[in-house]
Amino acid sequence: MAKFLMPQLGADMSAGKLLQWRKKAGDRVQRGDIIADVETDKADIEVEVFSTGTIEKILIQPGEKVPVGTVMALIREEGKPAIGEVSPLPRERAAPPAPTVTAQPPPPRAVPSTPAAAAGAPRLHISPVAKKLAADLGIDPATISGTGPGSRITLEDVQRAAQTRTAKPSPVPEMDRAARMRQAIGAAMARSKREIPHYYLSTTIDMSRALAWLAQENLKRSVEDRLVYGVLLLKAVALALRQFPELNGFFVEGKATPKPDVHVGVAISLRGGGLVAPALHNTDRQGLGELMRSFRDLVQRARAGTLRSSELGDPTITVTSLGEQGVEAVFGVIYPPQVALVGFGKIVESPRASEGQVTARRVITATLSGDHRVSDGHRGGLFLAAVERLLQEPDQL
Amino acid sequence: MTRDEIRDGVFRALTQVAPEADPSRIKPNLRIRDQLDIDSMDLLNFVIGLHKEFKVDIPEADYPQLATLDGCIEYLAKAQDLR
Repeated sequence: MAKFLMPQLGADMSAGKLLQWRKKAGDRVQRGDIIADVETDKADIEVEVFSTGTIEKILIQPGEKVPVGTVMALIREEGKPAIGEVSPLPRERAAPPAPTVTAQPPPPRAVPSTPAAAAGAPRLHISPVAKKLAADLGIDPATISGTGPGSRITLEDVQRAAQTRTAKPSPVPEMDRAARMRQAIGAAMARSKREIPHYYLSTTIDMSRALAWLAQENLKRSVEDRLVYGVLLLKAVALALRQFPELNGFFVEGKATPKPDVHVGVAISLRGGGLVAPALHNTDRQGLGELMRSFRDLVQRARAGTLRSSELGDPTITVTSLGEQGVEAVFGVIYPPQVALVGFGKIVESPRASEGQVTARRVITATLSGDHRVSDGHRGGLFLAAVERLLQEPDQL
Repeated sequence: MTRDEIRDGVFRALTQVAPEADPSRIKPNLRIRDQLDIDSMDLLNFVIGLHKEFKVDIPEADYPQLATLDGCIEYLAKAQDLR
């Protein structure tokens, strides 16, 4: 039986509110189907399922806010038996909210990916009497920290939780989305600066050749298919990552975990404030035209609030650009559990000397924020040099 | 097509890109980009919107002429006359 969990869609998410189910018990679902909508502090997200089978039981109702990892539904996978004797444990949680992104594999796409791993979560340890008391008091056991052997939740833990609850002051009005988003971003960035030993590098990249090529290329394209220069930057970063896999992945439980697929997270500012950084899946394998379409679609959906869970959970690195805001260089904060962030500033015209001649060139400042637990400045510098080289041959991107 | 009709079409394209914007508050002679906080992706979507609205091809080289509302109306009026 597969468990459909409240996903962790980034380091800044600890809980989510179920807005609606798009399927009901008994419906057949296929891996990659969107089956629920969830509200997070940053956005409303379409949540995909990572198993194929039939929804056996719905455990969470719309309007309920539950911690990350909570089992929201049970899915009987194809070829496997029905629940039978298995206790559904309605509020079972997979684990305490992990400090890392649950790197759920993306839904089926053109490129094969690893199988789903939504199942296999440990059971919640709670004594029967404690469980009954929690149910009587209307307390979700998943929200209680166990102090018994093996972190088992005891009767005393439930009583203590009940006291804490009654001692709480009257509820404060719920913060609006912008305030919650700011709080979530702040928490993730504070954690990043606390835990990740950042190092920062910058280099100036000559964009003259790339921009000239782009102008010619766009003359051949219909208005809907035109490229923006940001797509060249994204593709160059993605291709360079193939040579520096240590910058593409996560640092989880004290260990660097490079990822074989390059899913560049693109920082997108939202109207009304805040930002999200969803993934452009398989950035390195998409042609420029395809990447542009994906990018446009992603920006539109990010701003319309229709991102998918895989897009928020999958980024293996983040690219941010503040050039259009007039910033010459951006030294970003790494988004945990990622291990690197690439920043781009604005394109400026600058005098450059070459072979005794000074000419005006259009240049951009590229930066790398790296995690010293995973890489060092030497490799980081080589990575930026690779990005620069790739941008000198735009027709090869 | 009258200038008012062109203005309405420009407003429709703009509100597709920036739904929160109140087009009536846009100062016609100031850069739209500065008033609505739009980026290059929005600009491209705006041009695509104008293309659909007015059935004109707008080359990249002409984008600077679309910087203000007055500029857009002027450009599109000329483009209509040329058709």
